[in-house]
Amino acid sequence: MSKEDKVKVALVSCGSEFAGVQSQLDSAAEQVNAQLIYPEMDISSLDTIEMEFGLQVASADLKLMMARAKAVVEGTAPVDGVFVTSCFRCAEAAIVRNEVRRYIHQNSDIPVISYSFTERTTAATLLTRMEALTTIARRKHLLAREKQTGLTVGLDSGSTTTKAAIMRDNEIIGEGWVPTVNVVESARKAYDMALEQAGIKEEDVQAIGTTGYGRFLLGEHFNAQLVQEEITVNSKGAVYLANTQKGPATVIDIGGMDNKAISVEDGIPGMFTMGGICAGASGRFLEMTAKRLGVEITELGKIAVKGMQEKVEMNSYCIVFGIQSLVNSLAQGSIAEDVAAAACHSVVEQIFEQQLQEVEVKEPLILVGGSSLIEGVPKALGDLLKIDVVVPPHSQLIGAVGAALLASGYVEE
Amino acid sequence: MTKVFIYPTNSLILSDLIERFGHTPLAMMGEVHDKITTIGIDSPPLNITPEDPKHGLKYAAVEVPAGVRGRMSLLGPLIDKAEAAIIVDDAAISFGCMGCARTNELTKFLTRDKDIPVLELTYPYSDAEGKEFVYKISEFLESLPKEDRS
Repeated sequence: MSKEDKVKVALVSCGSEFAGVQSQLDSAAEQVNAQLIYPEMDISSLDTIEMEFGLQVASADLKLMMARAKAVVEGTAPVDGVFVTSCFRCAEAAIVRNEVRRYIHQNSDIPVISYSFTERTTAATLLTRMEALTTIARRKHLLAREKQTGLTVGLDSGSTTTKAAIMRDNEIIGEGWVPTVNVVESARKAYDMALEQAGIKEEDVQAIGTTGYGRFLLGEHFNAQLVQEEITVNSKGAVYLANTQKGPATVIDIGGMDNKAISVEDGIPGMFTMGGICAGASGRFLEMTAKRLGVEITELGKIAVKGMQEKVEMNSYCIVFGIQSLVNSLAQGSIAEDVAAAACHSVVEQIFEQQLQEVEVKEPLILVGGSSLIEGVPKALGDLLKIDVVVPPHSQLIGAVGAALLASGYVEE
Repeated sequence: MTKVFIYPTNSLILSDLIERFGHTPLAMMGEVHDKITTIGIDSPPLNITPEDPKHGLKYAAVEVPAGVRGRMSLLGPLIDKAEAAIIVDDAAISFGCMGCARTNELTKFLTRDKDIPVLELTYPYSDAEGKEFVYKISEFLESLPKEDRS
């Protein structure tokens, strides 16, 4: 498939056109040069699909979702990717959405993502997901890259911090990490830090890759060869840094504002989920916890591993209620160590409940992102899942390293 | 002439029967037609925008999924206008397809809850049941006032 071809994405939904989000779905697809298509199926299949699928439902549109999924798997509707979506808060649709996604994943090699929308869902929210879906379909050759070559730079403009990594001949030779304030200025600072550490001149750089929320702005400003969403880049960076590029892996990235859980096979993302219901499940909650405890965020993890989360009742499902629990527990005499441990546990518990149910967890489980450096977080995740959690070196630079690695594909071009 | 709401709301057969008896069918097709011919809105295929699920809040609370409220923004005003209603339960998809079960439950409830004549039938699956089905509908439609109430 050439880069110019439109990626055909099957929209398998139970009535997004009634929810006021159809134009946003179309807009997100258009921005990544994809086309939403509606898999054709025989109407008579709606009478039999429930028993074929093994799932009986009351809504006819959910039968339609199952029939369309079957058409995709059987190849009667040739597509490059599938976007499975239904209304947020609909239990019946959530069951079907989950099973349809699993069915497509198990019975085909077609990348699939699911998402639940409200009428407030915007194209910007859908863009990263749609971009990742089309990248997997369109740029498999790029994702197959296992070694960095030449002299390349990766810039990751995250919601909280901006990271830069300079790589030469498969080694990280410079890095920078600053809080995100102004997107371009922060990237400039991080880039300069990395240049200084690497001891190289900017004009010697052969290719630049940008990722994160500010990727488009940075891509334009720094004239980047690669501008790529963080799901693809981070999963690539994670398996590269953890040295697990072959076989299965699961990547969890706890970001400053949202989280990603990605199921990876041979370095290529398969199923993935992004975001939680509330920032309570993100690094932002840990930042607020550190602030309330009067410690630096870098110290929170050390405190947390000394505490016992069981002693404090905390549920950061909502960041406001989470902070209320935190304040209440401190007021009742809980010690900082236990509160810090409970905050870490609460964050990973939400990732487990909200995101890991939607991807197939296969070892190794690689934890990346700034929150992975807070020792209490990998410990809480390992305790919860009863498996060893791998935190690779430079895990906080995951996006920047992934971008530098993938950008090296453009050095040879 | 009586305004008769139908369920399934897009049943061409029910809509046609009502017209034949001199009444006005209140059906989804008319609402969708109005939507898609509204000049100035470009949100295909149905021209339902994020504002429509908000209009649906009149019929269902905010915790009800957006798709239900979006559908109710079309169906709710029809029920409000209805002077009579025919509900056909368990219909074949070819008779009229209602996609969302939660919308269907709410639509039928709001119809039954309204103080209007409602004929509720089960979809026929044999010739004899079919004849009885049409007979009951015609009897119901004949019983409705023919004069213009507006």
